[in-house]
Amino acid sequence: MTALTVTARLPARRYLIGAVLAAWVLGHALLSGRDTLPLGGAELTPLHEGANEAWDTVDDNRNSNPFFLYFVNYIRLVLDESVRFVQALISQPSFGRPVPLLGWLGVVALAAAITYLFGNIRVALLTVAGFVSFGLLGLWAESMDTLALTLTAVAYSLAVGIPLGVWAGLSDRFNRFVTPVLDFMQTMPTFVYLAPLTLFFLIGPASATIATMIYAIPPAIRITAHAIREVSPVTLEAGASLGATAAQSLRHVRLPLARRTIVVGVNQTIMAALSMATIAALIDAPGLGKTVLKALQTLDIGAAFNAGLAIVIMAVVLDRATTAASRRVEAQRRTGREISAFFRRVEVTVALGIAAVLSYLSYTYVWAAVFPAEANIGSYVRRAADAASAWVQDSLAGFTDALKNLVTYGLLNPFESLLAGSPWWLVFAAGVAIAALVGGVRAAITAAVGLAALIGLGLWQDSMVTLAATLVATLLVMALGVAAGVWIGRSDRADAVLRPVLDAGQTMPAFVYLVPILGLFGPTRFTAIIAAVVFAAPVAIKLVAEGIRGVPATTVEAARSAGSSPWQVITKVQLPMARGAVALAANQGLIYVLSMVVVGGLVGAGALGYDVVAGFSQHQLRGKGLAAGLAIVVLGIVLDRVTRAAQARTDRLGVIKED
Amino acid sequence: MRDQPVLDVRGLWKVFGPRPERAVGTTLSRQELKETTGCVAAVRDVSFTVRPGEVFVVMGLSGSGKSTLVRCLTRLVEPTSGEILFDGDDIRRADERRLRELRRHRLAMVFQHFGLLPHRCVLDNVAFGLEIRGSARAERYKRAREVLELVGLTGFENSYPDQLSGGMQQRVGLARALAVDPDLLLFDEPFSALDPLIRREMQNEVIRLHREVGKTMVFITHDLSEALKLGDRILIMRDGELVQMGTADEVVGAPADDYVRDFVSDVPRSHVLTLRWIMRDAMEGEPLDGPELDPDLVIRDAVRVVLSADRPVRVVRDGALLGVVTSAEILEMIAR
Ligand SMILES: Nc1ncnc2c1ncn2[C@@H]1O[C@H](COP(=O)(O)OP(=O)(O)O)[C@@H](O)[C@H]1O
Ligand SMILES: [Mg+2]
Repeated sequence: MTALTVTARLPARRYLIGAVLAAWVLGHALLSGRDTLPLGGAELTPLHEGANEAWDTVDDNRNSNPFFLYFVNYIRLVLDESVRFVQALISQPSFGRPVPLLGWLGVVALAAAITYLFGNIRVALLTVAGFVSFGLLGLWAESMDTLALTLTAVAYSLAVGIPLGVWAGLSDRFNRFVTPVLDFMQTMPTFVYLAPLTLFFLIGPASATIATMIYAIPPAIRITAHAIREVSPVTLEAGASLGATAAQSLRHVRLPLARRTIVVGVNQTIMAALSMATIAALIDAPGLGKTVLKALQTLDIGAAFNAGLAIVIMAVVLDRATTAASRRVEAQRRTGREISAFFRRVEVTVALGIAAVLSYLSYTYVWAAVFPAEANIGSYVRRAADAASAWVQDSLAGFTDALKNLVTYGLLNPFESLLAGSPWWLVFAAGVAIAALVGGVRAAITAAVGLAALIGLGLWQDSMVTLAATLVATLLVMALGVAAGVWIGRSDRADAVLRPVLDAGQTMPAFVYLVPILGLFGPTRFTAIIAAVVFAAPVAIKLVAEGIRGVPATTVEAARSAGSSPWQVITKVQLPMARGAVALAANQGLIYVLSMVVVGGLVGAGALGYDVVAGFSQHQLRGKGLAAGLAIVVLGIVLDRVTRAAQARTDRLGVIKED
Repeated sequence: MRDQPVLDVRGLWKVFGPRPERAVGTTLSRQELKETTGCVAAVRDVSFTVRPGEVFVVMGLSGSGKSTLVRCLTRLVEPTSGEILFDGDDIRRADERRLRELRRHRLAMVFQHFGLLPHRCVLDNVAFGLEIRGSARAERYKRAREVLELVGLTGFENSYPDQLSGGMQQRVGLARALAVDPDLLLFDEPFSALDPLIRREMQNEVIRLHREVGKTMVFITHDLSEALKLGDRILIMRDGELVQMGTADEVVGAPADDYVRDFVSDVPRSHVLTLRWIMRDAMEGEPLDGPELDPDLVIRDAVRVVLSADRPVRVVRDGALLGVVTSAEILEMIAR
């Protein structure tokens, strides 16, 4: 009965969506340019001015209001001092010396000793090579600043995240409470919480640390909880049958068995922290991110590339080192201690001994403290990158321009004109109607409230421009995601070749994507879109590939034995059966794209991204920047809810039809 | 007082699902109960006693509630209703602490999938129960070594579980249970995951251990031959209910219903039944000077004597003639 009515309604729904779109296009043609609610770059609404004033009030009372005096300022102090302390150790002149306590030689030796003891000799060598290359690129101090910020944030994130993760692993109640909070933390576009943080914690290391923690804690909690939960119930029961208390079974059973997965969580936390620590350059966090940011703002491709390279190297070193550590934990679990306790003690003593001697040298002698300037090849790298970029822009101009024009005129302009050039009420009505048709009543209400909020924030037109770019980027992500996902899902060879590339792509901080793309296409809206696509594509591709792989082999075999061509197998069996994964890929793709909006603002995307960036740098635009950040969050929530509702609906339909 | 049962289970119920108390006492079938209340009665009104030193086997098809039953005995699964008297004390009334004491000192369990700690070596796995109850390191290692020797694992103290075969892993599980020197050992299908050959070896091991340490055991299995081989008495379950309880030859010789009959139909009866099951009264004029045999002798072991005797074999207990057996009875039994 229900199956009949639902399937009968399906084509009707499609017609209705078509009708809404047609009406929209028609209205656009007739009314283009009217009631578009524009707001110039430096113009403010009363709301923005009010926000400015509120901000000023906070500034004035920062040292008298008890909430700040006894709470916020303490946190700021502790975090600032923690970062400064690590900086004093490895990156900044300190304790009255012209150099940090540990010079480059000491840091390299210590890093090598640690990676050797927790990992293996190969990652230790990789670490040495990586760290030395920071010096060679002429970015020793900047790299150490980034490392200091990252490590401090990681330490705090783990100190908070692992206990909470254990709690969430043990208690269903707490897990139910914390999961939506984490969902929210992770769907929130990364850049938007930077500005509100500076309102409370000022610009500098404290805000940067907290921003980094917000981004890095969710994986720590989630993965720890998962690790605690997945401990085999049989083993737990055996413990209980011997009379273990809850504490004993946590200590002797759950934690040891969860250790390997928790180390994977540490890896994710570190990668997330590095990514955010570089982005936090927007609020004046010290380090490589700042170098990249400055270079981006002056369109100095060479310098941006040089610093981007250092970030990539740091990401690779940190990733390899923690992966090796988790492998080692796994190997120990499987085969026991592979060496005797005595030998291990000797190993530890020797490694730390060498590190201590070299550290002492780097404390005492200038040659070991300051990386030799003669060995700086950074200027060559910069010049080579500049030259390469110039060459590419010249000689590939035919190709890049064609691509740029195709996307700009074929997709971006029509979308933008339709969204930002139509009267606001037309877009509003059409948007709510489409949300209702694809996602149902609740999605429609979310859309209506969200769109109304955008008007209230005074940023309607900017939001529509950003929305157009977001939708275009998501379309491209999905095109890429489905094509590459199907390929990877069907071919083991493609999987073996591409998966490491995708994994690497996902561990890279968002910032570094901009650099080569900027080198290729120069600063335009299109560049921002491509950066977002590159950032979001890996996750979409992986999700689609997983969905395709999840289709039972027997079903595919049956289709093939019935004489289907490969194309028919893909379009009639694999993609329809993987539609849940495809819908999820679209949802995640949207969120990733949206989180690049602010970064796009750095390279010419304009609109909301620009508003946020301008808010960081110009005093009188702070309020507007806050509003723009909120607008991005609103867009994110609306898009997330509508796509999820649509996904839930297709899932339901699928179930009913398959019955 | 000597024959007080170690375990006395009365009217035990375990119902899974929403508001399980409602379903206690129900006579609905599993299907009906599920449909009307959403509950599953995994154990329904089961009562039995286990005597000191006995091997008590619980047998049934998969899903018949055996694991649930044995877990109720140590409250790894909380029973819904009924009494479980362990040495006269009701386990269901024990508070958290007392229950832990019971588990630490008096009851121990061996699991189908071993449940070993992969990050600990064999010695530390065996010593785990002792560690949990707080014995000193030297003491628990000493005891663990003793038990490892008992189960034939000397030399493997420093191996890790995944370096061992399935059979050896289960020996570790067995040693871990024995290490705490419990009064009652519970086995939940301990050998089901093992190869047939290893399984036979492990069954013999249990028989040997039972002879050597004389522990009372409750042994769960779905394998009839295992049940017949190990069990002093056998309890057969179906859909949570007790269907029949008795010694091996009672179960095989007088199945309570078709379910049990089906179960035992493949068993060579002459391997299980005793002369008691086929003897008849002596007929008038029959010569009564043939060989003497005990009524509890398994038929298989009497075949040679009966077939080679030229007159009826007398079944005698304590000098009293209980009946006679001739080739005719033997052949009829074997032919059936
Ligand atoms: N935790 C549980 N929740 C709900 N039903 C359960 C649970 N454990 C067991 N059951 C049900 O109880 C019945 C008996 O299960 P079990 O005791 O594992 O049987 P056996 O060990 O004889 O195979 C099965 O129908 C099973 O589905
Ligand atoms: Mg079972």
